[in-house]
Amino acid sequence: MALFDKIEVTPRDAATSAAIDGALSIRRVSKVYDPDGAGVVAVQDCSVEIAPGEFVAIVGPSGCGKSTLLNVLAGFDTLTAGEILLDGNPLASVSRPPQPGPDRVVVFQHGALFPWKTVLENIMYGPLRQKTMTNAAAEEKALDLLRRCGGLDTVASSYPAQLSSGMQRRVEIIRALMNEPKVLLLDEPFRAMDSVSKATMHRHLLEMYSLCRKTIVFITHDLEEAIYLADTVIVMTTRPGTVKKVLKISLPRPRLPQMMSSHEYLEIKRQVAEGVHEEAKKAFERGEREHA
Amino acid sequence: MRMLRNRKFWMMCAGNLGLFALWYGSVKWIPLESFRRMPDPVRVMTEWFNPNPVFGISIFVKTYYFHILYSTYRALVSFFLAVSLGVPLGILMGWNKKVREFASALLGLLQPVPPLAWVPLAILILPGEAAVIFVCFLVAFFATALNTYVGVKSIDPDYFRAAACLGASRKDVLFDVIIPGALPNIFTGLQIAMGAAWFSLAAGEMIAAQYGLGFLIMESYNLVQVPTIVIGMATLGLLGYFSSMFIRYVGGKLMRWREEAMGVKG
Repeated sequence: MALFDKIEVTPRDAATSAAIDGALSIRRVSKVYDPDGAGVVAVQDCSVEIAPGEFVAIVGPSGCGKSTLLNVLAGFDTLTAGEILLDGNPLASVSRPPQPGPDRVVVFQHGALFPWKTVLENIMYGPLRQKTMTNAAAEEKALDLLRRCGGLDTVASSYPAQLSSGMQRRVEIIRALMNEPKVLLLDEPFRAMDSVSKATMHRHLLEMYSLCRKTIVFITHDLEEAIYLADTVIVMTTRPGTVKKVLKISLPRPRLPQMMSSHEYLEIKRQVAEGVHEEAKKAFERGEREHA
Repeated sequence: MRMLRNRKFWMMCAGNLGLFALWYGSVKWIPLESFRRMPDPVRVMTEWFNPNPVFGISIFVKTYYFHILYSTYRALVSFFLAVSLGVPLGILMGWNKKVREFASALLGLLQPVPPLAWVPLAILILPGEAAVIFVCFLVAFFATALNTYVGVKSIDPDYFRAAACLGASRKDVLFDVIIPGALPNIFTGLQIAMGAAWFSLAAGEMIAAQYGLGFLIMESYNLVQVPTIVIGMATLGLLGYFSSMFIRYVGGKLMRWREEAMGVKG
C-alpha cells in the first residue's frame, strides 16, 4: 500500500502513469498454419478492442491459439486474414511482413533474460541498442526501476542464473518496461511456479502496473489469476481459436489477495468458469496437445 | 595448501599411482615374450631424467626440446588456423541459410574421411612442413566448425525474439546473442580440436617429418630404443593435457556467467 501512495504524489510518476497511447485494435484476425496442406486453423475471425492502459487477460484451454495471437501481436508471426492496429497505425496485416519492436515487448513463458549478461546489462540492453539513451542515463534509469520494484537493485550485478525464477521474471518485466513500450505482452510468465511464488509475483506485477500503466496483454490458462489481475478477461474457444466471451472485471484497484474470496470475485469466476470448462473439455476429448 | 585437503586431488594422485602400478605389473608379471621389451616405469624415468641418456634423449638434452618445439609449433599453427576459419564458418552456417546448405554438404562429405587417409595425398601436393600442418588443421577445422554450428543452432529461439523486441539489429544479434550463446559449444569444439590436432600431429610426423615427437617415436622404434618411445609418448600426453587445461581456463574466464551459475547450484 505504501508503494501506491508514494507513487500518486510524485509528479513524474503521475505523468508516466497516465496512459496516453497503447490502444490495440484486433480486427477479424485469422491465422492458418499450412505446413503441408493440412490447413490447421489456429485463430479464426478474432476481434478485440483494447483501450490504452487496459490490463487484458486472455484465457483458454491448451491449443486455443492464445499464444499464436500473442506471436502475431509481437511481430514474430504473420497472420492470414484481418489486421491489427496500434493507436490507429497498422501493426500487422496480411501484406505487412511481421516486425517485432520495442513498442510491444514480450515477457516469455520460460524467461529470456540473456544468461551471459548481468541483470543491469540485461535491463539497459533495449535503450542502448535503440540508441535512445546514453550509457549513464540508462544505468541510472535501470537502477531506479530496480530499486522501486521491491529493492531489486541489490542484484544488479548478478547473472540471471544466480536469481530465483520469480526474481528472473521480475527483472524481465523491468527489462521490458525500460523501453517505455506501449504494450506489454506477457506469455504465461508464471506458469511453472508454485502457488506461493505465483501469489508473490501477482503482487509484484500489480505494483509494477500501478507504477506505469501500460497496456498489458496477459496470456494464461489460469482463470483465477486472470480475474484477479485483469480489467478485462477474454475467454477463447478451443481450436479454431476465437473469442467466446469478453468479461469486464469490476473489482476495484488496487487488487488485494482477500478479494479472491469476495462475493463479486466468486460470481465472476463462476461465469467465466462455465465457458472455459466447456472449451477445456472439448480440447481434452480431442486429445489436443499444448502448442506452446 | 588447500589442495592437500581436497578429496579430488588425492583421488587423482591415487589414479596416477594406479596407472604406474598397472604399467609396472604388466612388465614384470605378464608371461609374454614380447612384453619383456617394454621398459618398466623406473627405467623410463631414469632415462628421462638422466644427464647422460643411454639413447640420447632426456630432459638434459637440447634435441629433446627441439622435438617438443617443432611439435608444439605445428599443433598450435594448425589449431589457430582451424579456429580462425572454423569458428567464423560455423557461425555463418548458423546465421545464414545459404551458407549452411552449401557448407553442410561439403563438410558432410569431407568430415568422415579419417585424418590419416589424408597424409599420403598431403605429402604429394604440399611441401614437407605444410603437409603435416595441413592434416592437423583439417581435423581441428571440422571439429571447430561443426561444434560452433551446433552451438548456434542450440540457442533458445526466445533469445532471438527477445533481442528483436528490444530493438537489436542483425549485427547486434550476432554479437549479443549468437556469439555468447554459442560460446559453450565453441569451447567444447576447441577442446576436441586441440585433442584432434595432437592426435593427427603424431601420426603425420611419423610419416612425413624430420623433427617432432611423432618423428622421435618412429625413429626410436626403428632403432629399438624402447625407453625413448615411451618418453615421446609421455611428452605428447603432457602437452595435450596442458593445452586442453589452458583452453578450459580461457573458457572459464570468458564464460563467468556459467561458472557463477554452477557455483550457486553446486
